[in-house]
Amino acid sequence: MIETDIIIIGAGPCGLFTVFEAGLLKLKCHLIDALPQAGGQCSEIYPKKPIYDIPAFPEILAGDLVDNLMKQIEPFKPEFTLGERAETIVKTDDDKFIVTTNRGTEHRAPVVAIAGGLGSFEPRKPPIENLSSFEDKGVEYIIKDPEFYRGKDVIISGGGDSALDWAIYLAERVAKSVSLVHRRQSFRGHLDSVQKVMDLAEKGKIKLITDAEVIGLSGEDKLEAITIKHKTDGEYTEKTDHWVPLFGLSPKLGPIGDWGLEIEKNAIKVDTLDYSTNIPGVYAIGDVNTYEGKLKLILCGFHEATLMVQSAFKRINPDKNLVLKYTTVNGVQGF
Amino acid sequence: MSDNIIKVTVTDREGKDHELDAPTDMGMNMMELCKAAELPVEGTCGGMAMCASCHMYIQSDHTLNDLSDDEEDMLDQAFFVEENSRLGCQIHLSHEIDGLKVRLAPINND
Repeated sequence: MIETDIIIIGAGPCGLFTVFEAGLLKLKCHLIDALPQAGGQCSEIYPKKPIYDIPAFPEILAGDLVDNLMKQIEPFKPEFTLGERAETIVKTDDDKFIVTTNRGTEHRAPVVAIAGGLGSFEPRKPPIENLSSFEDKGVEYIIKDPEFYRGKDVIISGGGDSALDWAIYLAERVAKSVSLVHRRQSFRGHLDSVQKVMDLAEKGKIKLITDAEVIGLSGEDKLEAITIKHKTDGEYTEKTDHWVPLFGLSPKLGPIGDWGLEIEKNAIKVDTLDYSTNIPGVYAIGDVNTYEGKLKLILCGFHEATLMVQSAFKRINPDKNLVLKYTTVNGVQGF
Repeated sequence: MSDNIIKVTVTDREGKDHELDAPTDMGMNMMELCKAAELPVEGTCGGMAMCASCHMYIQSDHTLNDLSDDEEDMLDQAFFVEENSRLGCQIHLSHEIDGLKVRLAPINND
């Protein structure tokens, strides 16, 4: 059991900055995030995009903002559970919460701060009617262990880097055959990956099926064939052991939506006094919350985090009074 | 009526038409217009052509700005893509698109 003062769900900019403000009040934080790295949307969706509305930064790349935040919170030694999604929350008899992830990692703290942004990032699933009946029976959205595909016929869908990279890897090292199905003739991945795929296609190691998409799945107990719809050639089936659709990730509010929190328009309702939710001890900050006048801006999330930890402190230390200290007096080490 | 207002029609996923007054002087795009009208358009990435949650079909024969590489790439990751597919966030409200008709693409709830 991981013990801390504040469990922060979501390691995006808002969750990360919470560590800093909590650290100034001597509160320890542990962050949980479904993605394998910190930074949330900034790292996952747009690390190379410049942001212009962070005070005192005329322009900063989203990825650099995350790097800076990680550096800023480093003195307070935050801990992380990454690549795991917060799944359940249980209140204990001593007024604490136990948050458990999808992999069973347990965390206990008197305060939970949900900084979950748009939710946890999950693979985009293509709209095929009987898709779910073949999940883990030949259809995988993530390649966890390439050895799994040794000697197998594999069809990959998608035109991005992960589709290209896995097609190359599996074709060169493990699979019996690799086909790559893509909606267009051009690919948007790194140029060298695209070239490599073309080379392998020429050598007959990758079968390129462009201007096409997978529209159907069939098999008895497991996947045996897919139906491909080609722009000009029409529909036909292709035998395969595996189909790996790689269409990127999209955020879903997910299990948090079932925690008994008051939800409005896919966001958690909070009291703007301290960003508390309807469950005492559980707060929601950043893009995941909603209130009258809400703006989904990183800068507003920072403000919310700052006020939220004051209230969290009161809950954890009901008998202590807080006095605002400025970081300019003795530096961060003075806290 | 001000000179800076155009009309566009958005057909929602239930097939209902919404005729919207769209301002051309606020730097807005179709995704933002739909959100402002509380139509079910997510606009997850905020308009950077990075999520495809504002996928819509162009139903009228207006000539729109060309697809950027980013938009093409993003449509590759979207589903239910047709010849007339666009991302709403890449369609800027201007006088050229007065009378535009669009239909929201289905979303995959899975």
